Amino acid sequence: MYLGRVVGCVWSTCKNPGLTGQRLLVVQPLTPERKNTGKRIVCADTTGAGAGELIYWVRGREASDARLPQEVPVDTTIVGIVDSLHIKRT
Amino acid sequence: MLIARVIGEIVATQKHPSHQGCRILMVQPLNLDGSDRGDALVAMDSVGAGVGDRVLVTVDGYAAMTAVGRTQSPIDMAVIGCIDHIDLPGGLA
Repeated sequence: MYLGRVVGCVWSTCKNPGLTGQRLLVVQPLTPERKNTGKRIVCADTTGAGAGELIYWVRGREASDARLPQEVPVDTTIVGIVDSLHIKRT
Repeated sequence: MLIARVIGEIVATQKHPSHQGCRILMVQPLNLDGSDRGDALVAMDSVGAGVGDRVLVTVDGYAAMTAVGRTQSPIDMAVIGCIDHIDLPGGLA
């Protein structure tokens, strides 16, 4: 899983029926120091995250397990909203 | 699997129901010489690792879900061991 921040929203009308009702958010991956890293991606959402929120997201086949038993054709999903992050690099 | 160091913990209230009761760790993957290897990752804990520990991280979904005992959940990385020692008789080459 990876850390990120919600920076936007994607609206799509004509889409795969499996995506009906899914929120699609634009996510900027972050380092633990909250600096941008890598390119922005589109994630499905299971948490109700809003713009600007710190989240963690999952990539790969497991991303579609978040909505089981519904099968959703996605490869990245937001699975948690981060309340606080305690980092201590030694 | 990756060698990594635990650098922190995440607190999340609003999360996928299958993540309830799991510790969520930030881990920094390492090279064999101990330098950082790419960006830090978020992994579920299955062994009780603490900040500063050198650990073994699986990046396979099935292995990660099995390790934390939650199959069919959106988990793709887990800490599956604490590393005591690495022996490289041939050196780092």
